[in-house]
Amino acid sequence: MAEAAGPLVKVRDLKMYFPIHAGLLRSHVGDIKAVDGISFDIAQGETLGLVGESGCGKSTVGRSILRLYDVTGGTVEINGFEIAHVDRDSLRLKRPMMQMIFQDPQASLNPRMTVANIIGEPLDEHMKLTADARLARIYELMDWVGLNRAFAKRYPHEFSGGQRQRIGIARALALNPKFIVCDEPIAALDVSIQAQVVNLLEELQERLDLTYLFISHDLSMVRHIADRVAVMYLGRIVEIAERETLFAEPLHPYTQALLSAVPEPDPESERHRKPIVLQGDVPSPANPPQGCNFSTRCPKVMDVCRQIEPGVFDFGDGRQVACHLYSDGMTTTAEPTAGKIKNQ
Amino acid sequence: MTDAPIAVAVPADTSGRSQWWDVWDQFKTHKGALFGAAVFLFIVLAVTLGPLLWTIEPTFIDIRARNSGPMWAHPFGTDQLGRDILARMMAGGQVSIAVGLTAMLISVLLGTLIGVVAGFFRKLDGALMGLTDLFLALPLLPLLLVMVMLFRETLARSFGPEMGTFILIVSAIGVTSWMQTARIVRGEVLALKEREFVLAARSIGTPSRRMILRHILPNVLSPIMVSATLGIATAIITESALSFLGLGFPPDFPTWGRLLFDAVDYLQQYPERVFWPGLAISLTVLSVNYIGDGLRDALDPRIRGR
Repeated sequence: MAEAAGPLVKVRDLKMYFPIHAGLLRSHVGDIKAVDGISFDIAQGETLGLVGESGCGKSTVGRSILRLYDVTGGTVEINGFEIAHVDRDSLRLKRPMMQMIFQDPQASLNPRMTVANIIGEPLDEHMKLTADARLARIYELMDWVGLNRAFAKRYPHEFSGGQRQRIGIARALALNPKFIVCDEPIAALDVSIQAQVVNLLEELQERLDLTYLFISHDLSMVRHIADRVAVMYLGRIVEIAERETLFAEPLHPYTQALLSAVPEPDPESERHRKPIVLQGDVPSPANPPQGCNFSTRCPKVMDVCRQIEPGVFDFGDGRQVACHLYSDGMTTTAEPTAGKIKNQ
Repeated sequence: MTDAPIAVAVPADTSGRSQWWDVWDQFKTHKGALFGAAVFLFIVLAVTLGPLLWTIEPTFIDIRARNSGPMWAHPFGTDQLGRDILARMMAGGQVSIAVGLTAMLISVLLGTLIGVVAGFFRKLDGALMGLTDLFLALPLLPLLLVMVMLFRETLARSFGPEMGTFILIVSAIGVTSWMQTARIVRGEVLALKEREFVLAARSIGTPSRRMILRHILPNVLSPIMVSATLGIATAIITESALSFLGLGFPPDFPTWGRLLFDAVDYLQQYPERVFWPGLAISLTVLSVNYIGDGLRDALDPRIRGR
């Protein structure tokens, strides 16, 4: 892409705290630090996989980037436009370029609207189309995602999970977005349907030059679809790297533990697999530990980990790790790197 | 790659048939609703067109024929002043049904508005729910008394005594009965607001106004419908209680509630006099309930076409 001089999506030090109110007067006693200072870039046409265990803040990152929450701090820039702190009206004008695909295809479709109205809602909001042009566009979108046109007047409950997710994808595509956040789009689907939906997403990415932030806890699916992978733990990114480098040689102890939990398809190698079993539970995001967030469970914990928050160390080639293990001979960096722009 | 192109036996839906026909089709399958609609229609026709056929004045006093039982000249009998009860039933029905429907409408509109606003806008939630609790805690009869005292004269002057009383009673009942609806609607809206389709609409940039009209209101229709149908019954009965206390329509002005309370004094001697207004109120309430039930099913696409 010629225009893609810089990355399409630039997230810097994004923070999303949810206040905790307690007591008789509902006074503000603390914050759930769901996302605590995250930075990354996504290049045009790239897919960044965001993985981590439940409750680590993956979905909050996705929603904050699209400004579905009012972020606590940091900046988000999409296609050169600041998103995180603009006022409502100018944000509304920018909505078409960024869309979202939701996790639960049952809950993300209004049960009282027909498929045509669900897919047409973004068109109603942002384009002035005649009834015919609107219907033509809806049919076109339904063709793209492989839905039969005859289903246009049906209601969501008449469809299977995979078909519902296609409706959700069609809605996200309606306004020709550049950037789509896929918030665990396959987590609620059957394994056989998952492959179809992921293939559809890849196909559409190729055809429409889309950029994805693919949130998932399914590591093998991320390995399949993502170009780069960011690993999150307790509101922070611990490691970000090209897909192959990350899966071949994870550097952060948490990434190592996470990847070792993936079962091997081959029974012979599965027998010799030794997963790293982490001890203890994830600390509460309302009260994260001092120093490194992972210090309470890390198998390679050092004294320094419990006191000082690790900086981000750059290994070059788009690989960054936030861990004290690699502090020797490395320089910390504040500037995250986007991956190599995908060869088109 | 299988679930995409299954074009088997799906009729191309190109007909211009609007979804209201589907609603009507579903409504027709609900026997109770059809029966309720028929009964309600019959009652409404009887009280509106009946007086044209049965021309005795409801306030005409035939003192020699007082306390008569059912006979050809007076099919429902006469009361203690010799007024024809059939004529009074028809005249009273007009007022009672009008009061019931209008008061229900006001209370449902008010309750839905406050419930949706309180549930949707977090900042207003505390204040509006406080207001709801305040109204729930208020002793209603003294409140109604004060309202009548304050507004009866002014309203009677500008709209005439009967219209003035009607407006007064309808708004008094409406203003004091919206709280249940508001609480139910708020609860539903709070739950709906967290659903992903609302989030999806927000990610599209749908403003709050259209979000409420398009996504919230259609989905809270069922509880609103239920409280609306129940509200009609409450409104008719509250009106009769008000009239009984002398706060409502004047004593000689017939309403179903008024007839019922008048008849209670003669319950021992003439029990059939309680029967007719009681039956009319019960039938109206029951038929409206069934209509509401059928409508609720017909408007829900998940039930429709099953």
